[in-house]
Amino acid sequence: MSLRNSYNRIKAVDSSNFDSEVLNSTIPVLVDFWAEWCMPCKMLSPIVEEISQELSDKLKVVKVNVDENPDLATSYGIQAIPTLLVFKDGNVVGEIVGYVSKKALRDKLEEVIG
Amino acid sequence: MNEADLIIVGGGPAGLTSAIYSARALIDTVVIEKMLPGGQPILTSFIENYPGFPEGISGPELAERLESQARRFGAKIITSQPVEEVLQVDKGFEIKTEEGSFFSKAVIIATGTSPRKLNVPGEETFTGRGVSYCAVCDGAFYKDKVVAVVGGGDSAIVEAIYLTRFASKVYVIHRRDQLRAEKILQERAFANSKITFIWNTVIQSIEGGKKVELLKLKNLKTEEVSDLPVDGLFVYIGSIPNSSMVRNLVELDENGFIITDNSMRTNIPGLFAAGDVRSNTFRQLATAVGDGAIAANSAEKYLGELIWKR
Repeated sequence: MSLRNSYNRIKAVDSSNFDSEVLNSTIPVLVDFWAEWCMPCKMLSPIVEEISQELSDKLKVVKVNVDENPDLATSYGIQAIPTLLVFKDGNVVGEIVGYVSKKALRDKLEEVIG
Repeated sequence: MNEADLIIVGGGPAGLTSAIYSARALIDTVVIEKMLPGGQPILTSFIENYPGFPEGISGPELAERLESQARRFGAKIITSQPVEEVLQVDKGFEIKTEEGSFFSKAVIIATGTSPRKLNVPGEETFTGRGVSYCAVCDGAFYKDKVVAVVGGGDSAIVEAIYLTRFASKVYVIHRRDQLRAEKILQERAFANSKITFIWNTVIQSIEGGKKVELLKLKNLKTEEVSDLPVDGLFVYIGSIPNSSMVRNLVELDENGFIITDNSMRTNIPGLFAAGDVRSNTFRQLATAVGDGAIAANSAEKYLGELIWKR
């Protein structure tokens, strides 16, 4: 669980496929806005990876690199990372800013996606 | 793995130093960390006053080195497990986390501090939308923007200087007419053309629409109220101890810091504290690691006496 671990198991999306991957998804989507230089993002990424495996039947998890996609970050008003947004039917139904524990993330997801 | 001779709560510099010492002394040691090991240095841009690094060292790099040194000697490190409560039980201590319980004969609390909040209207609403407690994390979002830093200590000034890499202008708002920060930092800040100081002033509220747009300020000398348009506010007004897991167990000072003697012993035998969470300490990386070494040594002696008693 070192900070140097790369964040590889989560699919990266960008503005070219954000609509198809996120907004038009048939199941809820958790989007992790992150960047390479962001230490709290690196602390959170193992938790996001675990959650994505545990909830794989009802939740899709993707990541957006804010350095490579400033347009997406701006259009969703991202001013701090990590920010996790939960999309359901194309709408933002949940938001978590900053590091959270796995339990807090799981509780929040259960609240918004059931 | 849910039992150990020594459990260290908190994997920052103090806790990891305790772990290095106790694991090298062949004590069965487990560190329980709420996030990832490293502590405050992970969120610190650059450290210049830690001995042995004449050119300075990046906080995250130092954190990484501390962690691997503790692991090298056999300390087990459990991550992403916030400890909720520490209880005295029959043969020692129960350490309750979000996901279960751990048991040990001795405990070192090295949980550090969290940023103190301003407690003004708008702070909570705009956290992550312009209000930040971590310049290293969020500074890059303020390229060519105007930001304010509130505070007058070392952290406020270090991070104000750091923010000038991105922001076009950095206001430092301080309620007194001089800084508490080290003189060398003050000189650098005064010489930086992007930094403007606003003295004798407090923030009354943080306002905006979707994001922070302005700060309502009040000058404490003239009572004058004014508006300061900014895109972001970084709060560095000190810290509060992360001692809630032992608040019903050990003696705390009036601000919630854990009271210890010079051997890092609390009033509960077998329970030690080290680093920033401890009362009456100069809160520095160098003092945290010193505390950590002493606490490990005291814990080792305590565990030795336990065996003797049997």
